[in-house]
Amino acid sequence: MISAPDVVAFTKEDEYEEEPYNEPALPEEYSVPLFPFASQGANPWSKLSGAKFSRDFILISEFSEQVGPQPLLTIPNDTKVFGNFDLNYFSLRIMSVDYQASFVGHPPGSAYPKLNFVEDSKVVLGDSKEGAFAYVHHLTLYDLEARGFVRPFCMAYISADQHKIMQQFQELSAEFSKASECLKTGNRKAFAGELEKKLKDLDYTRTVLHTETEIQKKANDKGFYSSQAIEKANELASVEKSIIEHQDLLRQIRSYPHRKLRGSSLCPRESEHIQDPPSQAATTSDPEESADTDHYACRPSYTPKLIKAKSTKCFDKKLKTLEELCDTEYFTQTLAQLRHIEHMFRGDLCYLLTSQIDRALLKQQHITSFLFEDLVEVSDRLAEKQESTVSKPHHYRPPSESPEDCLVPQVLISVGSYKSSVESVLIKMEQDLGDEASREAAVMESSSFDPQENLDYLEMDMKGSVSSGESIEVLGTEKPTSVLSKSESQSSLTVPLSPQVVRSKAVSHRTISGDSIEVLSTCPSEALIPDDFKASYPSAINEEESYAEGSQGAIHFQAGISPPEAGEAEEGSSGLALLQTDASCCIGREAGALLVPLSTPGHTLSDEDGVVSVPPQRYRQKDQGFHVDFSVENASPSSRDNSCEGFPAYELDPSHLLTSLDGSKTSLDDHSDATSYGSSVASTSSDRTPSSMPPAGPSSERHKKRAGQNALKFIRQYPFAHPAIYSLLSGRTLVVLGEEEAMVRKLVTALSIFVPGYGRHGKPVKHWLSSPLHITDFQKWKLIGLQRVASPASASALHALSRYSRYTSILDLDRKTLRCPLYRGTLVPRLADHRTHIRRGSTYFLHVQSMLAQLCAKAFLYTFCHHLHLPAHGGEAPELAASRQASFLQLTLGLVHEDVKVVRYLAELLRLHYTQERRGTSQPALRFDYVPSFLYKI
Amino acid sequence: MLRWLIGGGREPQGLAEKSPLQTIGEEQTQNPYTELLVLKAHHDIVRYLVQLDDSRFASAGDDGTVVVWNAQTGEKLLELNGHTQKITAIITLPCLETCEEKNQLILTASADRTVIEWDCGTGRQVQKVSCFQSTVKCLAVIQRLDVWLSGGNDLCVWNRKLDLLCQTSHLSDTGITALIEIPKNCVVAAVGKELIIFRLVAATEGSLGWDILEVKRLLDHQDNILSLVNVNDVSFVSGSHVGELIVWDTLGWTVQACERNFWDPSPQLDAQREIKLCQKPNDVSIHHLTWDEENVFVAVGRGLYVYNLPMKRVIACQKAAHDSSVLHVAKLPNRQVISCSEDGSVRIWELREKQQLSVEPAPTGFFNMWGFGRVNKQASHPAKKQQENATSCSLELIGDLIGHSSSVEMFLYFEDHGLVTCSADHLIILWKNGERESGLRSLKLFQKLEENGDLYLSV
Repeated sequence: MISAPDVVAFTKEDEYEEEPYNEPALPEEYSVPLFPFASQGANPWSKLSGAKFSRDFILISEFSEQVGPQPLLTIPNDTKVFGNFDLNYFSLRIMSVDYQASFVGHPPGSAYPKLNFVEDSKVVLGDSKEGAFAYVHHLTLYDLEARGFVRPFCMAYISADQHKIMQQFQELSAEFSKASECLKTGNRKAFAGELEKKLKDLDYTRTVLHTETEIQKKANDKGFYSSQAIEKANELASVEKSIIEHQDLLRQIRSYPHRKLRGSSLCPRESEHIQDPPSQAATTSDPEESADTDHYACRPSYTPKLIKAKSTKCFDKKLKTLEELCDTEYFTQTLAQLRHIEHMFRGDLCYLLTSQIDRALLKQQHITSFLFEDLVEVSDRLAEKQESTVSKPHHYRPPSESPEDCLVPQVLISVGSYKSSVESVLIKMEQDLGDEASREAAVMESSSFDPQENLDYLEMDMKGSVSSGESIEVLGTEKPTSVLSKSESQSSLTVPLSPQVVRSKAVSHRTISGDSIEVLSTCPSEALIPDDFKASYPSAINEEESYAEGSQGAIHFQAGISPPEAGEAEEGSSGLALLQTDASCCIGREAGALLVPLSTPGHTLSDEDGVVSVPPQRYRQKDQGFHVDFSVENASPSSRDNSCEGFPAYELDPSHLLTSLDGSKTSLDDHSDATSYGSSVASTSSDRTPSSMPPAGPSSERHKKRAGQNALKFIRQYPFAHPAIYSLLSGRTLVVLGEEEAMVRKLVTALSIFVPGYGRHGKPVKHWLSSPLHITDFQKWKLIGLQRVASPASASALHALSRYSRYTSILDLDRKTLRCPLYRGTLVPRLADHRTHIRRGSTYFLHVQSMLAQLCAKAFLYTFCHHLHLPAHGGEAPELAASRQASFLQLTLGLVHEDVKVVRYLAELLRLHYTQERRGTSQPALRFDYVPSFLYKI
Repeated sequence: MLRWLIGGGREPQGLAEKSPLQTIGEEQTQNPYTELLVLKAHHDIVRYLVQLDDSRFASAGDDGTVVVWNAQTGEKLLELNGHTQKITAIITLPCLETCEEKNQLILTASADRTVIEWDCGTGRQVQKVSCFQSTVKCLAVIQRLDVWLSGGNDLCVWNRKLDLLCQTSHLSDTGITALIEIPKNCVVAAVGKELIIFRLVAATEGSLGWDILEVKRLLDHQDNILSLVNVNDVSFVSGSHVGELIVWDTLGWTVQACERNFWDPSPQLDAQREIKLCQKPNDVSIHHLTWDEENVFVAVGRGLYVYNLPMKRVIACQKAAHDSSVLHVAKLPNRQVISCSEDGSVRIWELREKQQLSVEPAPTGFFNMWGFGRVNKQASHPAKKQQENATSCSLELIGDLIGHSSSVEMFLYFEDHGLVTCSADHLIILWKNGERESGLRSLKLFQKLEENGDLYLSV
């Protein structure tokens, strides 16, 4: 089916990333062809325009043994989404890249059919004709009636944006693994049920046959058996054999979770969970016995029926549907997870990346972020941490494996995968280059595993990998790393990094580029993880990425290959996309490499490789945002561990992705990286329609934009905007007084971006109030919209206002006056410059956010510098500490006049927030100063 | 209409015009209270505050509940519910020395004619007495005898177990408004215009039991006695509705010299009298008295006076200290005087020694219309007074606390935690020194950092 697969080296690009842009000759640039879709109002920058579908979707296909590849369902299940995109054709494409061996049956040396616990493979492929790129996740489900008991399926995330697939590979992989694991767990459950039924049938059949034989025996006492009797006896024997076989299968399927369990002492929850399904785990100790007792106990409703002895494989039957293959609950859960994935990766790549960066950075300032960041996010974070780790669909109480549980097994599994990947690499290497060295390396590597590996598993793995090489050349498999022994892995790392290897891959890619299918990367079928590997599973996650393994490896590799790649980049236009991708990877990687290591736990880098040492450390997470794609850094187990903890599942939640677009927290370095990266992506990536934007985004986004716009208007309109904003920043309640509710609300909303939050309860803003103010209001709210009523009742309101005037600044919208303390600092003028060139509300909002983040950083420093606040020695006078504080604020932080008060106020909030226990948070005390107020008029 | 906006003054204009009320602007550099915490638990006027220990206090009011608070955090510790009507008196019952448990006991009397003993550690209602014929309006504890007294229409003596030891006959329908202990097992009860001195006879082996005997009635006040305090071992002070302040000798129960109409420093009695007659009596009623070693601080109507006991005269005064009646006065250790008033404000004054005679504000405010019988005595002093004026003092307003929207009934000062005020607006406000609180929070922060092991991690 695939005439000449176009295999693309799955490589990182070198520094010459800008080369592709220069490619067209200068004169050609002057003749820009009209954008063919311009008439449809499409975005000329969109790469999606070539694709036949309107936005990304998920496709589930099956390689049916009866009809071949066929699409089963799409998410979203909306024909508008994929339009006239040929699902059948694409199913064929994606299913044909399956690497799984799915070899089952009677393996030599084994008496009984063996179930192959094949792990999923992850492949990225592109179809330039269709304009579609896909992350393809292959998996096999068990079906008693299927050939070899397996049914190959795949889930594909199809997008028109290649970069998105490439750079979100890890996330996609992680998320799809969850879905896959969920589906497979359900399938195992269903399969076990199936087996039990079958066993019952067989048992019943045996009883019947036995009775018949006995009867026959009794019937003729002549001492010889009739042919009929012999036939019966044979039949009985075959039933017996079948029973044993099925019992064995049942044992195997049941021992599956158990085997995994042995390795996962990491995750106690899994064990308890595994015990959960009553029909499964509890019985694993004695499969034979349990098979009998269990199924009677569990499924009393089932009435066994007589079956033909030879009915083990039935090809005439209609194959089970996907739903039937899987336990209903798990199936629903899987669909939910897939929808979740679809939701999560909606939108433009640069948007996804920016929000990832943003989140990663935001996480670093979790201590101060409650002040000005969106509370949704902050609180979400906690909630999500639990929610997405704990099962999303809560109604699947009973035996359901929560995604969390799925997660761990999946990770474990992927560790095992690299074993098989080693093999496939080995094969490819021979084909492609016949490079002795690489072959040796591979051999060496695989041999290095052997000691640790259980022979049984090895056997299965071998099966898996052997079959994978047939139709497609795959260059971009993951490279082998010995997870077990660091030294081994490092020595082996050097091999695939040799320039020749890379070059040859690049060449092959180029020459075949005309073909429509490009296998960009694969993650070969994974084998069950031996227990020993469990500890190192984190590294396995990264195996998929590239064959330059390990952080150090990757960098080394990159350096090595860059010259040849650079030369070749100009040719082969199909390579362009790849180059771009790689370029962006480089940025991220370099950023990562520049980071100062906090620690290098458990992973020492061998200098002999001449490798740039990229320490595995927490700081990584920061840049992971840039190159989550194929982030090489995580390769070392320890760093992966960190990121497992540090990157909680909430990260992957769609609502998260959508809400945050304030990339304001980036430090300078990061910022430049982020922007350059973002821009490069933006220029090439697809933003076809506004509708492809995440749905949750617009609301909050629009809200921010409007707030920013109105704040900008306020600043331009009122010359006394500075003292008003100062009031808000310093915690003095600002009362916006007006007759017209809409106006007041609008301004309150706009100004609320300057109000520091207290903590978990949202910003202390009251948009509209018509009753007289009370002292508690000032404690509760820092920005109040107050109704001015014409009636005499308002007199009391105004009286209260004047009575409490020392606690408030009053902005009178009707009269355009402001009564508040004097402000002479430099901070607010920068924050709210009425001559600013910023025109757009959202831009201004971001500006404010970044300024406030800076301010928060100052407040943080001030709050947490302990020499400022604690006496240097016991007898020190408090005045000394006070003078230290003052000089720190003034000299170190460069704050003048009233700015000091702002920082002091924020510091106060920080202290309160930090010291507050989780329990009921009371409102902070109302702090105020006895300072004179002034009346400002326009 | 914009007047309030420009004015900047926090007092209503109308009131300000009525009298030369001393005001202070928004800039109050000496006012340490820059942080406040509003405590909300009561549903009616909060009238009483009582300190339990260094960090706790109890509040009680017309809603019949008693609430125990943490003075540092403002946390509500306990709510004591037991009375069905408003609480009329509250007092702490000191622990016995022999008593192991440190839990503070308090007694509360209510208009439902009960007295309840509470354990403030647990919130438990220890005991309840409900055999009263009338509302108990005041409570007093005589620690020396380990008894407590309740004053309503009669005076009852109770022991710690809440057994009635003895009681007087019906004294008056208005009841006892104030009760203090004086030496020689005597107590002074203010009943209407009279001060009645009772002697307690403790039970001994020979006697039949406790007894309480009326010893003397002091009839010198012309009007209802509103306040009565025990200043020191040798004297106690009473103040009446018409502004009489009398210093009594605790031993002889006699009026000490020259104290009755000291309010009139001016020799022109006739003029004073006319002015006096125009004044509403409320303007001169003595709502509260407090004292330190040598001065008695008197809340007279809207004004605040400082009476020096050794000199037997007023040394400083603010005749218009507040917009309306001053309800409570307290002297702080640092020469500060705090007053609260029906106008909802709390003011902080500082007693400053004045060196120059000329600057002395003339305390000409009010005059006792019944006091001219002693005019001669007063009149003979002017020359002497002139000299004494050289050492007199003044009350300087150094800050005011605006928070309550209604009359501030009482306040309580904690050395370490600041000021607690309670008010008819159902609120209690905790006023704190912002700077000190900030420092404390900072310490707490680093303490927590250290506990978490984050403090020295990076080193």
